Amino acid sequence: MAEHAEVTTGSIDPGAWSCPLPLRDHPRIVTGHGGGGRLSQELIEHLFRPAFGGTADDPSHDSVVLPMPTGGRIAFSTDSYVVTPVIFPGGTIGDLAVNGTVNDLAMSGAVPSALSVAFILEEGLELATLGLIAESMGRAAEVAGVQLVTGDTKVVEARERGGLTITTAGFGAIADDVTLGPRQVRPGDKILLSGPIGEHGMAIMSLREGLEFASELRTDSAPLTGLVQTMLATAPGAVHALRDATRGGFAAVLCELAEGAGTGLEYDERAVPVPEAVASACSFLGLDPTHVANEGKLVGVVAAEHAEAVLEAVRAHPYGRDAVLVGEVVDEHHGIVVARTGLGAKRVVDLPLGEQLPRIC
Amino acid sequence: MRYLDEFNDPALARRQFDAIAELVTRPWALMEVCGGQTHSIVRNGIDQLLPDQVRLIHGPGCPVCVTPLETIDKALAIAARDDTIFCSFGDMLRVPGSHDDLFRIRSNGGDVRVVYSPLDAVRIAEEHPDKQVVFFGIGFETTAPANAMTVVEARRRSLTNFSMLVSHVLVPPAIAAIASSPDSLVDAYLAAGHVCTVMGTEQYDPLVERFGVPIVVTGFEPLDVLEGIRRALVQLEDGRAELENAYPRAVARTGNAAAQKVLAEVFEVCDRAWRGIGVIPQSGWRLSEAYRDLDAEYRFEVSDLHVEESPLCRSGEVLQGRIRPNQCEQFGTTCTPRRPLGATMVSSEGACAAYYQYRRLDVVQEV
Repeated sequence: MAEHAEVTTGSIDPGAWSCPLPLRDHPRIVTGHGGGGRLSQELIEHLFRPAFGGTADDPSHDSVVLPMPTGGRIAFSTDSYVVTPVIFPGGTIGDLAVNGTVNDLAMSGAVPSALSVAFILEEGLELATLGLIAESMGRAAEVAGVQLVTGDTKVVEARERGGLTITTAGFGAIADDVTLGPRQVRPGDKILLSGPIGEHGMAIMSLREGLEFASELRTDSAPLTGLVQTMLATAPGAVHALRDATRGGFAAVLCELAEGAGTGLEYDERAVPVPEAVASACSFLGLDPTHVANEGKLVGVVAAEHAEAVLEAVRAHPYGRDAVLVGEVVDEHHGIVVARTGLGAKRVVDLPLGEQLPRIC
Repeated sequence: MRYLDEFNDPALARRQFDAIAELVTRPWALMEVCGGQTHSIVRNGIDQLLPDQVRLIHGPGCPVCVTPLETIDKALAIAARDDTIFCSFGDMLRVPGSHDDLFRIRSNGGDVRVVYSPLDAVRIAEEHPDKQVVFFGIGFETTAPANAMTVVEARRRSLTNFSMLVSHVLVPPAIAAIASSPDSLVDAYLAAGHVCTVMGTEQYDPLVERFGVPIVVTGFEPLDVLEGIRRALVQLEDGRAELENAYPRAVARTGNAAAQKVLAEVFEVCDRAWRGIGVIPQSGWRLSEAYRDLDAEYRFEVSDLHVEESPLCRSGEVLQGRIRPNQCEQFGTTCTPRRPLGATMVSSEGACAAYYQYRRLDVVQEV
């Protein structure tokens, strides 16, 4: 894609450090660098990766798979949570932090076993709020079958919001016969989506913006380990890649899969389930539901011959009741995702650039 | 809120495409005036599915795109002040000024906030009496009533630390400017539905009469757009030029009287520069004499601006329908949504951004 032509890769000489293109566009961090879109990707590719070195070779996964000296493999992952408000319909920043890392691990095919939790608390945060958040974390860990085993607490001076940041990290073992990732993806594979999109992001957005007509929206935050293990057990080797559709939404996951796999992806726009309240709120704010964050939905790339069987298994699971097959992997327009519109035309689907910007009219 | 799916029904759309294919006997060029319509057309692929003889020309109706560079630079200068909280709709944050954009002002420590309603800026002004709070009031007639109400509300609450940087633009003078151009290619216009919800349709009668072109008031969902296109083509094929309302569920002939009343009180018509196009006489609104004390243009001395447009950007030609976005040499190479040369590559309603986002494949294949 044209995006890549202007990118410089390679090592950085610390003595003559100059920020490689296109980071030079923004001499300081802007919000979009944390939005999960192009700018985030560039920050990782062109600043962190060259600086850190290392061998992890599959950039499009949220967790890394490491061989254990004693044999076997584990997945390892970390994530930070800064959502405001910290308590929202259907969840809190706490259960989000537990489920988020659990899901990052689960998408590698791992069964998460233990998490660490680090809190950065802002002066003025109410203890009652923190207590509620901690309890929700305990409950979420129990449901996800993980233990919260170690942690850290720091307090920083109060800024505007008197809130908190939670960082979780965790690991889990991966069965020997499981290998998931964009490299396993091949033309002809089917694309499975585990349920309706946009609920988490729009629940938060509606609360922030006071959209009363969308007040029934709740976060879809859920641990997906069980669902993933069900899929893997249905037809060994049939599931080729899994991603949870968090920041950047369904569209970002597809774009990353297409780029990572070097294949094209196509899907039917009308096959993607969008709850009416999500569609209304998005239309009102000028957002695209496929770019909105989910916290309990996954996208699976599944061998065509087993797709129906895997779909059936997913639908039998409580977190996958409304799952659908939305499209397929194709051997054209490599690295690019194409949506077939309701009217029968085709359009390119791109990563959101940075944070989503509401339209003005 | 219903009526999203209903106006996106593939079977009904197919019937409309068939009806259009049947009635067209020769080439016609229609201009959709509003950027919201451009977005809907390109996103849904409506232009790909129309008969080859029907050409859609994308009009100048993206308020973000036409806000003059000098105004953007003024906004940036105000937003960079230590004593100021600058409030804007999200679209404006990435629009390039001569040297910066609001995102960068923010990352350099400027207090720039995205609001969804201009009234949020009034609330912020109340919460921060020690700061100057400025709202960037841009847009067509559609967004103007909310901005006008905000100014009235700030006055009612006697807020001395609130002001608005106003750069409103008006649709009818823009249509007149395009239609009077000797090399105009446009056979008929799809007028912007939501502008007419506020202003009514009476302003368009003189344009139909003066230029002898059909004008069809049109909505935004795919079936709305198709109905507007079909009605314009029926008129053209019949040799008629009339004003028609194809969006009656949202537009009444007289518009919204309450909104028009407050608009008349708060704003006065002025000449306005349109980015990429130039000055169009009597094509903008500024705050009226009675509200001048709330006008950020007067409150802040902004001088020493070095306004500098990219010499490579051809957005003016795009906005006037002279070229398609992908006919610009910079499209998708030196100019992308991440590094836009002009505002048409920034806003989701900008024609260049819509082409880049949804049509990159065609462009890749053409190259």
